[in-house]
Amino acid sequence: MANFPLPLADLLGHWGSYAIYAVIGIAFGMTLESAGFGNSKLLAAQFYFKDMRVFKVMFTAIIVAMTLIFLSSALGLLDYNLIWVPPTYLWPGIVGGLIMGVGFIVGGFCPGTSLVGLATGKLDAFVFVLGVLFGIYMFGETVGSFATFFESSNMGRFTLPELFNASYGVVVISIVVAALVLFVLAEKVEAMVNDKPQQRMPGWLKPAAGGLIALAAVVLIIGQPSNEDRWQAVAAESEAKLEERAVQISSAEFIKYRDDSKIKIIPLDVREERYYNQFHLRGAVHVPLDEVQAKARELQFEAANTIFVTISNDEAAATEAWKILKAESVPNIYILEGGINTWLKTYAGESISDEQRVYNRQEDQMAYKFNAATGSRHPAAAPSPHLLDLNYEPKVILELKRAPTSGGCG
Amino acid sequence: MSQVTRAKPYLNPYLAGTLLGIVLFLAFFITGSGLGASGGLNRLLVYVQNEVNPQHIDQVAYLLKMAGGNSNPLDSWIVFLTIGTVFGGLISGLLGRRMKFETNKGPQISNGTRWLLAFAGGALMGYGARLARGCTSGQALSGGAVLSVGSWAFMFAVFAGAYALAYFFRKAWN
Repeated sequence: MANFPLPLADLLGHWGSYAIYAVIGIAFGMTLESAGFGNSKLLAAQFYFKDMRVFKVMFTAIIVAMTLIFLSSALGLLDYNLIWVPPTYLWPGIVGGLIMGVGFIVGGFCPGTSLVGLATGKLDAFVFVLGVLFGIYMFGETVGSFATFFESSNMGRFTLPELFNASYGVVVISIVVAALVLFVLAEKVEAMVNDKPQQRMPGWLKPAAGGLIALAAVVLIIGQPSNEDRWQAVAAESEAKLEERAVQISSAEFIKYRDDSKIKIIPLDVREERYYNQFHLRGAVHVPLDEVQAKARELQFEAANTIFVTISNDEAAATEAWKILKAESVPNIYILEGGINTWLKTYAGESISDEQRVYNRQEDQMAYKFNAATGSRHPAAAPSPHLLDLNYEPKVILELKRAPTSGGCG
Repeated sequence: MSQVTRAKPYLNPYLAGTLLGIVLFLAFFITGSGLGASGGLNRLLVYVQNEVNPQHIDQVAYLLKMAGGNSNPLDSWIVFLTIGTVFGGLISGLLGRRMKFETNKGPQISNGTRWLLAFAGGALMGYGARLARGCTSGQALSGGAVLSVGSWAFMFAVFAGAYALAYFFRKAWN
């Protein structure tokens, strides 16, 4: 699969990875300063249409970065699933944005630009940073009183292509073209407001804009990798693991982690609903096989100490689900060995009668029949650990998560 | 400092934007996360709070996440990104001979008024950035490039808020 983003902490260690971030920070600060963003007056000029530098720099950066990100994803170099996409909390985001907009016109900076203003001796930037710290302090003190609003309208990882039901390529090229049109308009507006002829543009600008459109067109033509493409990239390694039975964990190991407070285990029951209603493990989340891929996004948000275990009656559907999630780069994913049937055979004991046995069943059907929907109320749904036969082969190797669990503002 | 006259002009905005876009792309490509600024300041503040009044941290759920128990709020990549940003600004300012102690403002207001406004604006920015879970860099720029719906909504809200009130603050800047 795609080799990027890099597992920095694995490669360089905890502090070593921080050095990379410091270098990125330096490059960030240098570009902000040389763009003129250390100067509050220049930033504020945006809102009087005198110098639309903020808009131009920001949108150029967005379209360049966006095109390169989705190009490298289309080419299989970068795994978009492992990229931090800020989760959408719609209303807190909009209200916070409006407050920040007011703060921008009153204070003349945003947090990032105030840092480079501060670094170049701008006293107003220094005072602004103190204000930011005060604002953050006040937020920490008051958020408790509106916690419900702060957590409201959480749509998780939600992207524009999903919103518009369009492909990533279409959205990328549309944004590039829209931004370029707006740049042309911005130049005209500036010339009008300042009552000067339009500034001459450097000669490289038009070819660069054409090049960017061409790259966006490549993104559109190649398309983003499907779950099938992603599986092909990891198939060899993953099939071997399935073959060696390195990822099928025994029920005893499952219960060990279930009772381990340092580990969060999420059982994913991928069977048909009727089976799930008849009997499922306590805490099992019902995710029918055709919804597994959509669920992958959500699973990426779980903490690094989470283990996912797919479950079906035997192993066939669970293995299918495992492949889908593996292809979507969900970390720490395992299969319950022998599925529900082996589980019931091991833990149901006398709570299940011989009459409930189903003979002549097909692969991945339930080996027992329940007359009522016992769900997780059945005694075998959460057997106590002292029933355990502790002789099992441990298979779980907790992998450090590659996908970041917080963005630049965490 | 008298180098003002020799200060190099700022970059063409489209060139600066392209460079910023490449930096942003590389940040995502290498690390998986974008850029940010308010998170670093946030953690710096929580660090100070934790030194002054650790009990308080353990009582407020929002702060607890960053500095509860023995966890050090500065032990985060975002802090190093922020330190880097300040140094990057310094390096670029030195190279461009733009280092100067000054207060940028419109001609109609005093330095004192400007500082007051800067503090008030900063406070609004800090508060709003926490509410929106990100600032202009982390949400608008980074989230915008990876096509987050919330980040785009946020971006329009920031511009809307600033344009809506620009008229009333025209004296501060013009």
